[in-house]
Amino acid sequence: MAHKNAIPQTVLVLGATSAIAQAWMRLLAPHGTQFFLVARQEERLRAVAADLQTRGATAVHIEALNLDRTDEHPAMLERAARVLGRIDCAMIAHGVLGDQSQADRDFSHAAMLLHTNLISVVSLGTWLANYFEAQGQGTLAAISSVAGDRGRWKNCVYGASKAGMNMFLDGLRNRLDRRGVQVLTIRPGFVATPMTAHMPQGPLFAQPERVARDIQRAIEKRRDIVYTPWFWRWMMLAVRLIPEWKFKRMDV
Amino acid sequence: MRTKLIPPASESGSESKRESDFESWGRYPKVKSSLRPLHWMGDFPLRPAVSPQLPVGMGRSYGDVCLLEGGTLLGTRGLDRLLAFDAQTGLLRCESGVTLAEILRFAVPLGWFLPVTPGTKYVTVGGAIANDIHGKNHHVAGTFGCHVPRFELVRSDGTRISCSASENSDWFAATIGGMGLTGLIAWAEVQLRPIVSRNICYEGIRFHGMDEFLALSAASSHAEYTVAWIDCISRGRNFARGIFMLGDHSHLPDPLLPTPEPRLSVPFDFPGWALNRFAMRVFNGAYYHKQRHRHVSALVDYEPFFYPLDKVLHWNRIYGKRGFLQFQCVLPFAHGREGMEAILQAIADSGLGSFLAVLKVMGNPASPGSMSFPMPGITLALDIPIHSDVTFRLFDRLAEMTRELGGRLYPAKDARMTAAQFQFFYPQWREFAAYRDPDFTSSFWERVTHGA
Ligand SMILES: Cc1cc2nc3c(=O)[nH]c(=O)nc-3n(C[C@H](O)[C@H](O)[C@H](O)COP(=O)(O)OP(=O)(O)OC[C@H]3O[C@@H](n4cnc5c(N)ncnc54)[C@H](O)[C@@H]3O)c2cc1C
Ligand SMILES: NC(=O)c1ccc[n+]([C@@H]2O[C@H](COP(=O)([O-])OP(=O)(O)OC[C@H]3O[C@@H](n4cnc5c(N)ncnc54)[C@H](OP(=O)(O)O)[C@@H]3O)[C@@H](O)[C@H]2O)c1
Repeated sequence: MAHKNAIPQTVLVLGATSAIAQAWMRLLAPHGTQFFLVARQEERLRAVAADLQTRGATAVHIEALNLDRTDEHPAMLERAARVLGRIDCAMIAHGVLGDQSQADRDFSHAAMLLHTNLISVVSLGTWLANYFEAQGQGTLAAISSVAGDRGRWKNCVYGASKAGMNMFLDGLRNRLDRRGVQVLTIRPGFVATPMTAHMPQGPLFAQPERVARDIQRAIEKRRDIVYTPWFWRWMMLAVRLIPEWKFKRMDV
Repeated sequence: MRTKLIPPASESGSESKRESDFESWGRYPKVKSSLRPLHWMGDFPLRPAVSPQLPVGMGRSYGDVCLLEGGTLLGTRGLDRLLAFDAQTGLLRCESGVTLAEILRFAVPLGWFLPVTPGTKYVTVGGAIANDIHGKNHHVAGTFGCHVPRFELVRSDGTRISCSASENSDWFAATIGGMGLTGLIAWAEVQLRPIVSRNICYEGIRFHGMDEFLALSAASSHAEYTVAWIDCISRGRNFARGIFMLGDHSHLPDPLLPTPEPRLSVPFDFPGWALNRFAMRVFNGAYYHKQRHRHVSALVDYEPFFYPLDKVLHWNRIYGKRGFLQFQCVLPFAHGREGMEAILQAIADSGLGSFLAVLKVMGNPASPGSMSFPMPGITLALDIPIHSDVTFRLFDRLAEMTRELGGRLYPAKDARMTAAQFQFFYPQWREFAAYRDPDFTSSFWERVTHGA
């Protein structure tokens, strides 16, 4: 589609204390954007709000909420829509990496991970899809991961949560694109953020600022799926092409 | 190992623990430490407590003030939020891990500039305060600390101390230039100065010898920025030749665009032989003759004026794995001229040479820090690649000369001072030590207080 998006003026961010989300919001703030930020810890939200306001945001509203509480989603989303007047872009950024070795032993861990990364996203996405469909425009973006492209033993539950998210977003896009709404699936590779701070940082690690620029470009260009940095697209294509009889024996 | 899916803040830190080799910008020494990146002001103090620990910003110090053998480094780069800005007065409040590059990116388009800047913009506000850094405008503006009206210091026991010249002024004085030892600077206020253009009105004047340098310095005290590059390789006729550089912010309004990101990087370590004497001689000669006329003036962008080296990220790799030592002393005016000549002679005689030697007159503005390095006099800064013992012997000799001449060395650029030398240069160190956080120390501090 040749059509291009303008820079969003009113933005809702779920998991707004995420390092990737912060880097992205910093790109928008100098344009006078209005934000509605949601994450669990109020003190952190206040620091993020101060940063965005200093960088030029017109208004920043914060709400402390554990997004695992799906029953609270509709009320929170209604407040966001009311406060912002109109939502140009909703960004779903929250997520947890979890610990696969623990999930291997304890299903409740896997269930919590799936709840935070997938179930809560489906809950938010359901409300937002109806909202954007009625509005007939806007962007619904969500941060998935390259981990959702193929199942690896080292992060199979995390990967499953992101694969489920990809599938759900594909379906929403199928429904909403024809209503003028962009649905963007963001698939970053390794990014240097608190989530990965415990890992040795190899050359494959990208900075959140880099990922943020790719995200913003994908929004403006009205893309469907964006791999960031770009080379992951080809890397994951190669990984997906490995036949399963071979992949199942590999240690990746 | 993780025990909970969503760890409370107190635990998320301990998962981030990595033990590995650390080196500062000079790549010497290399020490083993763990890194605990801080992402939020609430991440400090660490729970459970660890000891010893030390904050580290961009690691742009040269020696070991930002290193801690066997301890835990608190990485402050995640504390990178701007907290408030008054567009009328230019007062910025930000978290301590914000870099000067980030401040410029934010402030230049709004018509504001750093009050004091070192020769690289890749340093944090916390590091700039903790070393009470100086720039080319020291003779008029004093140190960075002169432009920090207030900051918050957090101790490892959780005590928060709001510091300014009037509130907890003793902590204020101990922390500015306090080498990260008094606790973690969580946030700070920085008073920016207005500009209407990115441009600097630049003048470059060739000189020969200390007398000419001092005469030029005296004649140009009206200029906001002054510094001289000096050839410290040539002897005889070309001894102490150099280029005296002056700059003032242009008063002609011009578009205030942000600087694009640098692309060039030195991706690998140069082999040690790459920087032999010949290469340095050629470089020094070329640098001198690059300026064809005795006197040039031009309008230049602030980036090449202040940060000629920042264009190439990781340029310290040019020196190879062995790294290099920085030497920076300040000599009081009383012994300034002869003293500096003797030091330059010792360097030229050693045959070790340096790519970049910088000479500057430091002025009267008093530093607010009790341990700050600058004082009125002449300062010389240069780096010398490490060629085994020859380099170390030269440095020991230069430190002794500095001591005899009544000067002092800059801890931010030191890897060699002895305890006796440090305690001679900074006799106030004992009073300062009372403000040290009991859980904080550095490889530098251990070295220079050893046996005391
Ligand atoms: C090319 C180049 C040019 C330079 N030019 C100059 C110059 O012209 N003038 C000058 O004065 N210096 C100069 N320097 C030195 C540099 O400005 C200082 O070493 C500066 O302190 C480095 O800042 P940093 O963020 O890298 O701090 P680091 O090197 O990481 O740390 C420096 C000190 O600050 C402490 N610290 C860091 N953050 C905090 C915090 N949040 N709270 C408490 N303590 C903290 C550390 O413990 C350490 O003691 C130059 C360095 C380079 C590489
Ligand atoms: N870093 C990578 O390498 C990488 C790679 C691919 C994809 N991703 C994805 O990118 C997204 C952002 O992660 P990041 O790397 O920026 O890491 P991050 O800084 O750790 O951000 C994760 C955020 O999720 C929020 N969150 C987690 N659980 C929540 C809950 N129940 N309710 C509300 N908020 C919750 C956290 O906020 P609070 O704790 O403040 O509430 C935190 O700010 C995630 O979806 C992640 O899976 C990351």
